[in-house]
Amino acid sequence: MSAVAVSSGMFDCRDAYVRTVQELAEADPRIVAVVNDSVGSSKLGKFRERFPDRLINVGIAEQNMVSVSAGLANGGKIPFVSGAGCFLTARAMEQIKVDCAYSHANVKLCGISSGVAYGELGATHHSIEDVAWLRAVDKLTIIVPADPWQTAEAIKAAAAHDGPVFIKISRMPVPELAREGAEFVIGKAETLREGDDLAIIANGTLVHRALAAAEALADDGIAARVVNMATVSPIDEAAIAAAAATGAIVTAEEGLARGGLGGAIAEYCARHDPVRMRMIGFPGFAPTGSADWLMEHFGLSATGIAGAARELLGLKAAG
Amino acid sequence: MAHREQLRLNAESDTTTLEKRAAHVSERAKWMRKRLLGMIVDAGQGHPGGDLSATDIIASLYFDILRIDPAVPRAADRDRFVMSKGHCTGALYSALAGADFFPEDELATYLKPLSRLNGHPNRTYLPGVETNTGPLGHGFPIAVGIAVAGQIDNADYRVFALTGDGELQEGSMWEAAMFAGHRGLGNLTVIVDRNRLQQGAGTEETNGLEPLADKWRAFGWDVVELDGHNVPALLAAFDDAVAPRTKPRCIIANTIKGKGVSFMQNQAGWHHGVPSAEQYAQALAELSA
Repeated sequence: MSAVAVSSGMFDCRDAYVRTVQELAEADPRIVAVVNDSVGSSKLGKFRERFPDRLINVGIAEQNMVSVSAGLANGGKIPFVSGAGCFLTARAMEQIKVDCAYSHANVKLCGISSGVAYGELGATHHSIEDVAWLRAVDKLTIIVPADPWQTAEAIKAAAAHDGPVFIKISRMPVPELAREGAEFVIGKAETLREGDDLAIIANGTLVHRALAAAEALADDGIAARVVNMATVSPIDEAAIAAAAATGAIVTAEEGLARGGLGGAIAEYCARHDPVRMRMIGFPGFAPTGSADWLMEHFGLSATGIAGAARELLGLKAAG
Repeated sequence: MAHREQLRLNAESDTTTLEKRAAHVSERAKWMRKRLLGMIVDAGQGHPGGDLSATDIIASLYFDILRIDPAVPRAADRDRFVMSKGHCTGALYSALAGADFFPEDELATYLKPLSRLNGHPNRTYLPGVETNTGPLGHGFPIAVGIAVAGQIDNADYRVFALTGDGELQEGSMWEAAMFAGHRGLGNLTVIVDRNRLQQGAGTEETNGLEPLADKWRAFGWDVVELDGHNVPALLAAFDDAVAPRTKPRCIIANTIKGKGVSFMQNQAGWHHGVPSAEQYAQALAELSA
């Protein structure tokens, strides 16, 4: 298998998100959108024009947004809840836990502009903890799509899935990955590049950076496997086992460097396949800086990933 | 839905019929009170004070008002009852068993290991439960969401939520109240179990709710205040709540925590608590009188 190519154009995954929700809504009257005054930031203006009765704006009230959505699900609707990831997850955490996950409500939670997309607005608006704390919630599916195609597929899969789903949707531009005949299945990782020297497991906005890092490593004769672990819960253990077989794993995610994707993989490895790891992510509250600057500064970049890989291989060689 | 009709004796509101309906509900409420105290004694824990203040309200709904069918607990057109004060499962479970959602014998498993009768209701394994509640401030906002779904679909089901009064100290309740008023959810009725006591003390000493009716009115609700142990008044109010409306309706039901058991009445200490054998015997005697 050769490596997957990436497009030269860059895309905002929110466009794929709203396009797909609207397509689904055309075919299925149960689909509704629920927002916390976030019609613009969720790009749902056209949805509102097309389905004025199916855009439910609760105002600036995230707890109510999630509880009302659980109620809409009880009434037979399939609500897609759109709110800035930081407020949707942190403010409404108990509603996500109790009203959605514990009650098995058919609610689709879409964390918009997640990660550090809000850049200079600072840590209050960054959603870097979302996967870490949602991963602690039982019976909640968590998906972090990598590009427009996967965002659209994740939305379709979420709509077809019976139960609560969280989808982390970035607005940082990403390229489209050129897959052929690919399909998205909840809980299945995709191997984008084969390699035996080490594995890079990434999701979301870090996937194309991981592919670029593998390209740079290949120039040095290092064969890096690249895995897109879009679903964090339930996680693809077979894919982790295959990655662990290389003897070294670098994880990369636009989130906290503990408790998220890297943490999930470390937990599996500690139980089954102890292997050296490096986890790329943010160490904590980010300082002032644009989203791009923060990503570069904290090594959430091709250079940062490749550097971590070389360091890890050095340790692997030293035994 | 034959069973529905069986549960709902008659919707007509002439005095004789209302008296008959009230007599039926009161008889079921008396049974519930004895049953829930027995559950608490067997389990060695529970929330008798709030169970007993809510009993007449819940009995009125389950044994007269609600159009529900235990054979099809998730029927799309069922009326919904959401137990926002989710800790009062003694009252809820006895009503659900009495309405045939599960066998009455199962009440003996209350709070026992692996029982379906957890301290807080769980819809994923207990028929008749609409949503998992327990933490306060969740059920009522969910009921608002159900009412929004019914409004969008122009469905004819009604949505009822029972909240504690202390529960109204949760901010999420007012987020939901504001939104229900804004949407003009005429299919929604909330009942406030106004027993004036919360876990530690009186509501008014803790974080006062008054003027409570004015608060609801200011949020766009119709408000009715009544005696929450006067079954004919409850039934008349619920009948009226069913009429086509353009505003959501709040029934402030003035109740007595521990109602029906003299030593529990109006005692915050009986929020939690288990009667001794002697107290239990006395309670049963009082409830049978």
